[in-house]
Amino acid sequence: MEYFLIIISAIFVNNVMLAQFLGTCPFLGVSNKLSTATGMSGAVVFVITLATLVTYLINKYLLVPFGLTFLQTIAFILVIATLVQMVEIVLKKISPSLYQALGIFLPLITTNCAVLGVALSVVTKEFTFGGGAAHMLNLGESVVYAFATAIGYGMALIIFAGLREHLELNDVPKQFKGVPIALITCGILAMAFMGFSGLV
Amino acid sequence: MSKRKLDIFTKGFFKENPTFVLLLGMCPTLATTTSAINGLSMGLATLFVLVLSNIVISAIAPVVPDKVHIPVYIVVIATFVTILQFAMQAYTPDMYKTLGLFIPLIVVNCIVLGRAEAFASKNGIVDSALDGLGIGFGFTMALTVLGMVREILGSGSVFGWKFISGDGLLVFIMAPGAFIALGYLMVLFNKIAKKN
Repeated sequence: MEYFLIIISAIFVNNVMLAQFLGTCPFLGVSNKLSTATGMSGAVVFVITLATLVTYLINKYLLVPFGLTFLQTIAFILVIATLVQMVEIVLKKISPSLYQALGIFLPLITTNCAVLGVALSVVTKEFTFGGGAAHMLNLGESVVYAFATAIGYGMALIIFAGLREHLELNDVPKQFKGVPIALITCGILAMAFMGFSGLV
Repeated sequence: MSKRKLDIFTKGFFKENPTFVLLLGMCPTLATTTSAINGLSMGLATLFVLVLSNIVISAIAPVVPDKVHIPVYIVVIATFVTILQFAMQAYTPDMYKTLGLFIPLIVVNCIVLGRAEAFASKNGIVDSALDGLGIGFGFTMALTVLGMVREILGSGSVFGWKFISGDGLLVFIMAPGAFIALGYLMVLFNKIAKKN
């Protein structure tokens, strides 16, 4: 039940993009086409889940026992950058087709603040789901939370890419063309997602 | 100040405004501008990291091997972000709590790494410092304006000074208002920029 609440909460209620504003740059950058948005979503799900797992373990067994939690920011960003590189190398070797699909998006992910944002928030913030008490997440919950958050991000990205493909065909006033109208559309989408609040 | 140095300093205000023209650093722009003072603080925090990392990176760039330059730059930036975190925890703990996650996330703010890569690694120390100051001020300005608009519409106050009784249009304080306000501000900016 707890895991179910985490998943619903992370995907719909506190959507990482539409409610927490993490990962906006790639969101605006790659949401022009549905196919690139899908590729990016896949890469994000993969990297966020893996990065959160690794940074959680590093934090728990390395930084906390030695009193080095002030190094969290530096350690995590280095771990994420290395991880992304490693994922790229491994994928190239074992699954060239998946590498083809995700390849160009992987280097972009290091600077996607959703990755560092999720990794940092699971080790620093207390969460409340449903009526339960506020608590720090354990390893299983963290990974589920990270996975669900990434799914939420991917979902927002794909919905938004679909909307933008239609926007291209519409007659938009000249000054609104491109990013401004995309932002306003995104605002309306965020408003729709606000309807989910109170669900969990 | 020579003409060239002045150009480097002022281009971030308008011509290469990081928010309205380059569309960089969107996450803190949207997330922290619930009021003018929050926007201003976030802008100044980014300015601090931007100027210092630009100075250090322009100084070390000639000796950093090309293959590892991105990780090296990220470590430099992360160091200054950690210093900023300590300073804010000590001197402005309330603001540190309000801005929360977005202070450590300056590390992945594309403006900072973008300036390091595009400007500081190729230019001298003084020019890089000026570039950091200019872009930082442009970013701070954009965040303050967006924060002001959202605060006026959302809670009917400017820098905490309330001019209506009761609530404003609450949606402008929440997530959707951020996107919509920034969208319209961008239209306005495009319109003004076109005329010049």
